[in-house]
Amino acid sequence: MSINYIPRRFTVVRDKELCINCGCCVRQCSNECHYYADDGKTALVNSNACVACHRCVDMCPTGALRIEKYVCDYRENANWTPQYQQEICRQAATGGVLLSGMGTPKPYPVYWDKILLNASQVTNPSIDPLREPMEIRTILGRKPEKITVEKKGKSTVEMPPQVILETPIMFSAMSFGSISLNAQKSLAMAAKNLGTLFNTGEGGLHPDLKDYTDCAIVQVASGRFGVHKEYLQNSRFIEIKIGQGAKPGIGGHLPGEKVNVEVSNARMIPEGSDAISPAPHHDIYSIEDLRQLIWSLKQATHNEKPVSVKIAAVHNVAAIVSGCARAGADIIAIDGFRGGTGAAPTRIRDNVGIPIELALAAADQRLRDEGIRSSISLVAAGSFRCSADIVKAIALGADACYCASAPLIAMGCHMCQTCNTGKCNWGIATQRPELVKRLNPDIMHERVENLINAWNHEIKEIMGGMGINSVDSLRGNRLMLRGIGLTEKELEILGIKHAGE
Amino acid sequence: MKRVYAKEELCLNCRLCEVYCKTAHSQSKDIIKANKYEDPEPVSRVTVCGDKMLSAAVNCRHCDNPKCVEACITGAMQKDKKTGIVRVDEEKCIGCMTCLAVCPFGCIKTGKFAVKCDLCCTEDEPACVKNCPNRALVYADFGGKG
Repeated sequence: MSINYIPRRFTVVRDKELCINCGCCVRQCSNECHYYADDGKTALVNSNACVACHRCVDMCPTGALRIEKYVCDYRENANWTPQYQQEICRQAATGGVLLSGMGTPKPYPVYWDKILLNASQVTNPSIDPLREPMEIRTILGRKPEKITVEKKGKSTVEMPPQVILETPIMFSAMSFGSISLNAQKSLAMAAKNLGTLFNTGEGGLHPDLKDYTDCAIVQVASGRFGVHKEYLQNSRFIEIKIGQGAKPGIGGHLPGEKVNVEVSNARMIPEGSDAISPAPHHDIYSIEDLRQLIWSLKQATHNEKPVSVKIAAVHNVAAIVSGCARAGADIIAIDGFRGGTGAAPTRIRDNVGIPIELALAAADQRLRDEGIRSSISLVAAGSFRCSADIVKAIALGADACYCASAPLIAMGCHMCQTCNTGKCNWGIATQRPELVKRLNPDIMHERVENLINAWNHEIKEIMGGMGINSVDSLRGNRLMLRGIGLTEKELEILGIKHAGE
Repeated sequence: MKRVYAKEELCLNCRLCEVYCKTAHSQSKDIIKANKYEDPEPVSRVTVCGDKMLSAAVNCRHCDNPKCVEACITGAMQKDKKTGIVRVDEEKCIGCMTCLAVCPFGCIKTGKFAVKCDLCCTEDEPACVKNCPNRALVYADFGGKG
C-alpha cells in the first residue's frame, strides 16, 4: 500500500459517563464504526468509516453519542482546498470516477432565498384560510386550445385526459433498486392518502404496490426496465425520463449487487446483473423521435393516460421545453441541478446544469410567448426545501412540484450523501434485508403525510396572506414575487421586479 | 387479554426493549443508574433472540394454562383471574426455579427469585412496547391463546 492520507470526516464521541454499554450502536451501524472490546461488554468506536448518518446518535437511549467534524488542518489555500486535495488522493489511489449521492452540496446561489413574497395590506383584503375555503387542488394535463359550448352551456370539446391532485406537491422519481421497497411503499401509501402521486422511477412496479397503481407515475427511461403493457396501463400518467437534474446527460448504473430477486423481477433483468441505463434513449435522437415515442405510449394506453417528459435543466431548456410541448407531451417536468440522486459522478453533479428557478422562469416565459403554455402542464423539480419554495415555484409558472429529498428526510435520511454505497442505515437507499426492515412503512407514511399536510397548510396560509384563494390564481403570478440582491439580468430572466419596485 | 406480540419482520435487533424493561423494573427508574450502578442489577424480562438478519423480542405469553403456575411448589406463581397476568409473589418464591425448567418459551429469568414479565401492570403500555423504535412490538388483544 502506498502512502495515501485522507483524513477521516467525522469523529464519534462517546460520553463514557452516559454510555450504558447496551450495544445498540454496535448492532445498528452498517459502517461498523462501533464494536465491542474483547470483554464483549465495553462498546468502543472507530470513527474512520463514519459518514455522519446519525443512526447511532438517534438510537442511543442515553444520548451518549455525538458526531463531531474531524479537523485536520491543511496549510491554508483558497485554491487548493483540502477537499480537492483529498479527491485527488482518492483518484490517485483508485483511478476511478468519483461518485456521490444526493444533490450538490456546493454553495451555488439558491434563488428561492433571494425571492420575497407579497402580502395584502389595506387596498385588498387578505384571506383567513381557517375560515374561508382555500383551493390547492391542482389539475395536470393538456388543456384544449379553445372551448366551444352548445346552447345549453355544455362543453362540446373533448377533454384530453387530466390528472387531479389534492396538493401541488408530488413525489419525484425514485426507483425500486435505488431506494428500498419499504421506502417506495411508504411514499405510495402517503400519496394515496394525500391524493397525490408517487413516481416509480426506472425500476418497474413491484407487485406489492399493485394497490397503489392509481397514484403511480410510471417512468419509461433509457434502460426501459420493467416496461410492459400492464405497467403502462396501471398508472395515472406515464413519464418519459430524458434527463435528471443531478446528472444531466448521464445515464444510470444500478450495480449488480443491488439487483436481488425482487429488483430483478420488477426490472425484468437477470438477478445480479448491472442495470445500466444508457445516457440517451437510443430511439430518441430528435424531437420527431420523441414525438413517435409519446404517440406509441399513448396508443399503448388507448389515449387514456397523459404522457410527461422529464428533462434536466440545461442551458437551452426553454427551447427544449417548447420542442417537447410540440412533440405532444402533456406534462413537462424540469429538474434543476440541485436535485438529488442515488448516485452520480461527483463532477457532473457539481458542475452540470442550471438552477430550477431560472430554468422554470425561462421555460414558462417561452411557452407563454409562443402561445402554447396552456397546452401543457409544467412540473418543477430539483430541491424544494419548504412550502415557501413551492409557492415561489408556482408563482414563477410551475403547475406542480416534485419533491423527493424532503420526504426522504421525513423518513429518516440525514443527508450523509452516501446513498451510492448501499449501506443506508435508515433503510432507504439500500437493498440489504437487515437494513430495509428498519424502515417501517406504517410509521413512515404517516410522517410523510404529516410533512405534506403541514406544507399544504403553509401554502394556504401564504396564499391567504396574498389575498389569493386558489392555487390557479397564484400560478405564473410573478407580481407576487420580488427579488432581493439580484442583478438586472437575473431579474430579467426570472421575470420579476426588485424589492421596492 | 392484551398481550405483547413481536413482529420479527420489523425487529431491528437494537435491543432497546431490554434496556427499557430493565429500567422500568429497577429501583431508581433512571436509565443510567439502572443500567450502570444499581445493585442488585435489575433484570430485563424481555430477551431479543436472533441476529441482525432475523430477530424477535421474546417475553412471557401469559398462557391461558400456564405451566409455571402448575409447577410452582409454593404457590408463588399465580395467574390473576381478572387481568390474566401471570405474576410471581416474591414473598412466597423460594427461588427453586422449577418454573424456569417448565416454561416452554424460556421466559423466566433468574434473579434472587424467579423474575418474569408483569406487562408493566401499573402502566397503560409495557415499557418494551412504548419504547420500540420501529413498532416491532404490539400490545393488543388478538383473542385466542397466547
